[in-house]
Formats: sequence, C-alpha cells, structure tokens
Amino acid sequence: MLEMRRISKTFAGTKALHGVDLAIYPGEVHALMGENGAGKSTLMKILAGACSADPGGEIWMDGQRIEISSPLAARRHGIAIIYQELSLAPNLSVAENIHLGQEIGRAGILDRATMDRAAEAALRRLGANFGPRTSLAALSVAERQLVEIARAVHARSRILVMDEPTTALSSRETDYLFALIRELRAGGLAIIYISHRMAEVYELADRVSVLRDGTYVGSIQRGQIDPDTIVRMMVGRELSSFYKHEHRARLADTPTLEVRALGDGRRVHDCSFAIRAGEVLGLAGMVGAGRTELARLLFGAAGDKSGDIILEGITRYFHQPREAIAAGVAYLTEDRKIDGLFLDMAVADNIILCTIENDARFGGILDRARGRQRAVAAIRALGIRVASPTVGVGLLSGGNQQKVLLSRLLEAHPKVLILDEPTRGIDIGAKFEIYRIIDQLAGTGVAILLISSELAEIIGISDRVLVMREGRIAGELTGSEMNQENIVALATGSQASPARRAIQ
Amino acid sequence: MSKLNETVPHRSFEALRRVDFRAGFRTMGMLPVLVILCGLIQAATIYVDGEGRFITAQNISIVAQQAAINTVLGAGMTLVILTGGIDLSVGSVLAASAVSAVLVSQVYGALGVVAALVIGLGLGLLNGALISSMRLPSFIVTLGSMTAIRGIARLLGSDTTVSNPELPFAFLGNGSVTVVPGLLSVPWLALIAGSVILACWFVLRRTIFGVRIYAVGGNAEAARLAGINVGAILLLVYGISGLLAGLGGVMSAAQLYSANGLQLGQSYELDAIAAVILGGTSFVGGIGTIWGTLIGALIIAVLSNGLILLGVSDIWQLIVKGLVIIGAVALDRYRLRGNPRT
Repeated sequence: MLEMRRISKTFAGTKALHGVDLAIYPGEVHALMGENGAGKSTLMKILAGACSADPGGEIWMDGQRIEISSPLAARRHGIAIIYQELSLAPNLSVAENIHLGQEIGRAGILDRATMDRAAEAALRRLGANFGPRTSLAALSVAERQLVEIARAVHARSRILVMDEPTTALSSRETDYLFALIRELRAGGLAIIYISHRMAEVYELADRVSVLRDGTYVGSIQRGQIDPDTIVRMMVGRELSSFYKHEHRARLADTPTLEVRALGDGRRVHDCSFAIRAGEVLGLAGMVGAGRTELARLLFGAAGDKSGDIILEGITRYFHQPREAIAAGVAYLTEDRKIDGLFLDMAVADNIILCTIENDARFGGILDRARGRQRAVAAIRALGIRVASPTVGVGLLSGGNQQKVLLSRLLEAHPKVLILDEPTRGIDIGAKFEIYRIIDQLAGTGVAILLISSELAEIIGISDRVLVMREGRIAGELTGSEMNQENIVALATGSQASPARRAIQ
Repeated sequence: MSKLNETVPHRSFEALRRVDFRAGFRTMGMLPVLVILCGLIQAATIYVDGEGRFITAQNISIVAQQAAINTVLGAGMTLVILTGGIDLSVGSVLAASAVSAVLVSQVYGALGVVAALVIGLGLGLLNGALISSMRLPSFIVTLGSMTAIRGIARLLGSDTTVSNPELPFAFLGNGSVTVVPGLLSVPWLALIAGSVILACWFVLRRTIFGVRIYAVGGNAEAARLAGINVGAILLLVYGISGLLAGLGGVMSAAQLYSANGLQLGQSYELDAIAAVILGGTSFVGGIGTIWGTLIGALIIAVLSNGLILLGVSDIWQLIVKGLVIIGAVALDRYRLRGNPRT
C-alpha cells in the first residue's frame, strides 16, 4: 500500500537517514525498532510531512508516486501520526480537537451540531465512554490518546503511526489500546508502531523492521520474531577503536560515592550503587527509564528523595545543586541549551560562572583580568575553538558548547562528575575529543557516572555498566558481559536473553 | 589534546561580525535616536520662535532634573527586568516613602531621608520574598503590592498632603552644585541620578552579583544547576528596586517640600519600564545595559520637554509618547532576531 524508497535526510551536515526503504501493507501492525537516534522518528516525520527528505527519495502509495510536502498533504493521503507528546489543545472540547484544522461551518460560523455528531460517531466506534462536548483537560492521558485515534478514524486515515504510545499508560490501559489496535487492523488500517518494549512488539506486530544508524537493516515476519534476532539487528556488530580506555579504577577501600536505596517515589525507585575514584560507571537504559531523574536526584536538583548519598564516607543530603557542587559533585546536564549554558553570555563568563568567587576581591568585586586568565586557560586545556573568550557561547558549534559547559564543571575541581549524554548532538571529531577528556579525568582520580543512550559509547569507555529500566536498576554488567545484546536485553526486559543471569 | 586553534572557519567569522554589529546596536542602540530627537526639537523651536530654545544651559539643566527621578526608578527596574521579572510597585513605593520622608522630617529633620530609604528597601524586600520564596509571578505580586502600597501611602499621610516648609534636605530637590563658578553647575537631582547609574553599572559589570543577575535572567534553570541561589538573587534585586524607589521618594519630597499619598508617583512605573525598554533591555531577561536605561529615560524627558516647549497640548504629548514606546518595542524585536536563544 505504501512504499518509501531510498529516503535520506541530512541535518546540518550529519546524515540522519541513508537511503531507507520501507514497505507497509494494509491490515498489518508494522513495528519499527532501533536504538535511540537510529532514525525512526526522522523517518516518521518525513512520512508526516513535518520535514522533507533529501532529493532522490520517493514515496509511493497504491502504485502512484506522491509528494508529502506538508502535514496537510500527509493528512490528505490518509496518513495520521500520534506523537509521543500528544498534539491536542487542552483548552478545547473533544469534538473541537477531532475537527482541529478541518472545522465544519458555513461562512466561518461553526456548525457545532454536525461536528458533535461526527465526533460522536468516531468515539462510539472506538468504544469511548465520554462525549464530544467533554473538555479535553478533563481526560486522562489514555483518553486523550483515544481522541487522537478518533481524529485519525474520523479523517478516514489508512495509515496510523504511533510513536511509543504506551509510555504513559497503565497496564490496563495498554491492554485496552492493544485491543483497539487489533480492531483497527481488522478494519484494514495499516499501523506503524514504534516501541522500545520487546514484549509489546512480540505481542502485537505482524512484521518488524529495524533501523540502525540511519540505515535500514531488514524486516522479519511474525513467525521469525524473537528478541535475540531483533537485538542483534538493532546493535550491529562493528566496534571500533574509536573509544579510549586507558585509565584504571583505583582500588580504594571506600568508594568516592555510594548511593543507597535512592528514590523519589515516582520515577526512580530503590537505586543503589557505588563509584570508586578513577572509575567510569556507565548508566544505560532506554529514554524514560529514569536515568536523568536519578542523576538530578543525586545532584540535589529534583526535590524530595529517600535513601542515602555517601560521599567519601560521609552521609550527605543535598537540597540544592549548590550544596552538591560545594561538596564536589558536578553534573553535566542532558540538554546544554535548555538547562546548561547561558547562550547570551560570553564563553568566558560561562566557564567561570560556577566558581566566580575565586576571582573576587573583598565585597564581591570581580577581578575581570583574573577571570579571563582562568577562562583562557580552560579554553586551551580542552581545546575549545573560539576566536576570543568574549564571543557569545550561542555562536559555537555543539561540540565546542559542550566543552565550554564541561570546563565550567571542571573549574570546580569535582570529585564526582555526572555526565548526562555528553556527546549528544555533536559531530564525530568532538565526540572523539570528549572521550579523551573523560579518560584523562578518570586517570586523575575523578569518579565519573556516564549516562548515555549510545551503547557503543557506554561500552567503549565505561569500566562497569548499570542498566536502568522503569526507574530501577535492572542489572549490572562487568567485563565480557558488557556487550550491546546484554544491555538492550536488560533495558527492554526481554526474557529470552542469557543476560538474565546478570540480574541479581 | 589539540591546541587552541588560531583560525576559525570563514562562516563563523561572518557570524561574529554580524553579532558585533548587533551588540553595538544593542548598547549604542538608542543614542542616535536621542541625538536626532534633540536636533529635531532644536530645529523646531528655531522654526517656531526664530531662536533655539531647547539647547540652552538652562533648559538642559531642566531636562536633567525632569529625567532624574525616572532614571533612578529605571535603574532599579533594569535590574529587575534583567532577571526576567517586572516591578509594577515602584510608583506606589515612591509615594509611601516620600510621605514618610516628609512626616519624619517634621520631627527628626534629615532622618527623613533614612526613613524613606528604609521603607523603600523594606517594601522591595517584601516583594522579593513573595516572588522568590513562594514562586509567584512577579507581575502579579507587584500588581498587588502596587495597589496595597498605594493604600499604605494614603494611610501614612491620613489621605492629605503632608508638607514641611523647613525641609532640611530640600537642597537635594532644588539646589545645584557649582562645578565651574558662573559657568557650570549641576543640579543635585541629576547628580544623584548619575551616581545611581554609575553604581548600577559597577554592580552589573564588576561584581559577582551582577554576573548572576544576567545568569538568572538568561536561564534560571541553568543558573540553579550551576549552584546559584536564584531566590537570593531575586530577593536582592527587588530589594534594590524598592530602595531606589525610596530614593526617588526622597528626591520627589525634596523637590516639592511635600508629598501626597494619592497623587504622587502615579504611573511612574510605566515611565520607568518605558525607559528600560527604550534602552534596549529585553523583556525576556538576560540582555541589556544600564546605559541604555539612562538614554531611555533621557529620551522620555527630552520628548516631554520638547513637546511642552513647542506648545503641544498634553493630550498629544501622551499620544506621541505612546507611539515612541511601541516603536521601541518593534526595534527590540528586530534586535532579538537571530538571537541564538530563539
């Protein structure tokens, strides 16, 4: 029914997709799998008309070549997408949401009665227990999802894309959703289902296609779906000498940092682990497994918590990040633009900001020259490419921005360094340099907690790897157990893998 | 590890140049507007009266006095807006502290100045405490306190005009300091305003506190994660805004020998905000300079003074002033285009 041929996509010089082919048949649930960043979302955005593919790619529907130049065009071809973050207006009613952008009316005056009737018909077909006049704000996440599906049904969509639809659902709601998906499939709808959860794919999918690093790896039919095969397809085989690992963890009696039963009662539960000086501890897991939440909890950035944090033998309780920083814990935030850098400020100010007291004389008066010296030294130490320390940090490339942020943390001479996705969105050369910096820091005795969604990276530079799933530490891998299959198996909770043995 | 690269790619050089231009525009931004405005008004007075009545020593001294109070309020407002907030209560705080200054001076003389400053600081800290500890939006908190403090100002003076013909610090409002005898003397009011601007410049540029104000306004969450006590910064910033409003109250009382809780300082907050925005400080926070605010306050004063000199009715004065402010905001938008944060 639908065929995507040789689809490529280049973002600012990096290729996100390399000539991907994908065929969809009517009445099938087609699961799309791959690691974070493998290109699933980009491919679906192209299908939805949210971004355009590079020239050369083709999309065919019912034997005819079509152009999807805008979200409206996608809708006209019967393609509907339900994003992870639902795209509904919470201030409007259910009926208004179902008709959003295609309101029924005469001369600009809404025909609410017709709209309500049409919405009601779609809702009834889906077995919803709320009416078209209900305000969306009154509905739960699962019910809102139902509204999205109703919108697709109402628009007579033929292909429905669902991006991780069960992330926010309880198990009962998930069962209901699956029943609905099967019903829609029986009605001839094609459903593209993106998920990280092996169990769901196993239960639901007629076919599975796997992407890796922006390339299409292959598809398997229902009969041949087994977790090991999928995991192998997802992670691939080649491991390069790209990663640097020369430091050696020190065998001190007490670990630099010990965490006992840390939790917040919501997204993080009962996490215990220890990091020694000079050790790189990897923290793997799928997006939403609670890794960032754990890091922020540890850093005192996330409010109430239970459990103990023991730093160099002393139990600490950090209420605020500044207390953690003062104690020698530094945190590189996941998104440097949103909660890391001050984009309007100069490179130098960004570097010295955390430790600016060092440049001040009596009464908080700054010695600008000293601050600049410190900034210049830091710029040189990490090889940040910038014409002058007074340049605004917003103008730098991603890799250089990341190094600016990293050098701010290093100015505080931390004992424990938490790095949350340190190489996200930076080019390959900068990644290489960041790996070397991490290795050198570990060599000087810093205890490093490395959060990363790139499995090859986490395996390449960590001494041990913890894997989180649904807010808990699902297992620890050391030595030869540290391979991609075992990490994915722990992260997705797939049953059939030998890595189960690694779980205590 | 690679060494510091001396060369940067061609494209980023271009970007740097463009940004330097923008940064120059950002700080210099309104100065040409001020100069052109002065020239236009001078030309218009020559056209109307046959002689230039705008640029004379006497009139410039008047403009400086007219701009002084708004400059002081605008300086406090600049700090607040740099953190991404707003302080609507400065006009009411000014009234309350002016009334207190006059009342206290009736008994304790010059201590009236201290009383006004303490009251201003206290009210400002109260705003700051509500905003930082209860995490309420500054607009709503200061909208409320604007109304409540207006009530307090009237209460203090029993809803009458309080006055003191023997006001010991009246020289601040009407006197001048002779710099060169017979040639140049500077009004005290202008001197105070100039000192406040210099002090704010020093705080913003040369102190830890100043860097942190920009950091909080630029990205509050990043500031918190960088270990900055965001609440304390906000508390201090609103405290300073209140203190400067108190100083404005002293200046106003000194000028008039009296204070009226009902009328004094009405809509001064709007003039102060207009001065800050005219000066190129971004409402989003994190971008702006104190010099811009000085220029903004001067533009407003020059505009009022010039329109009066030309005999324009006060109704038309309002309309022109309003349009100038909107034009300035349009400029603000242009400036922010291509900003990395957007």
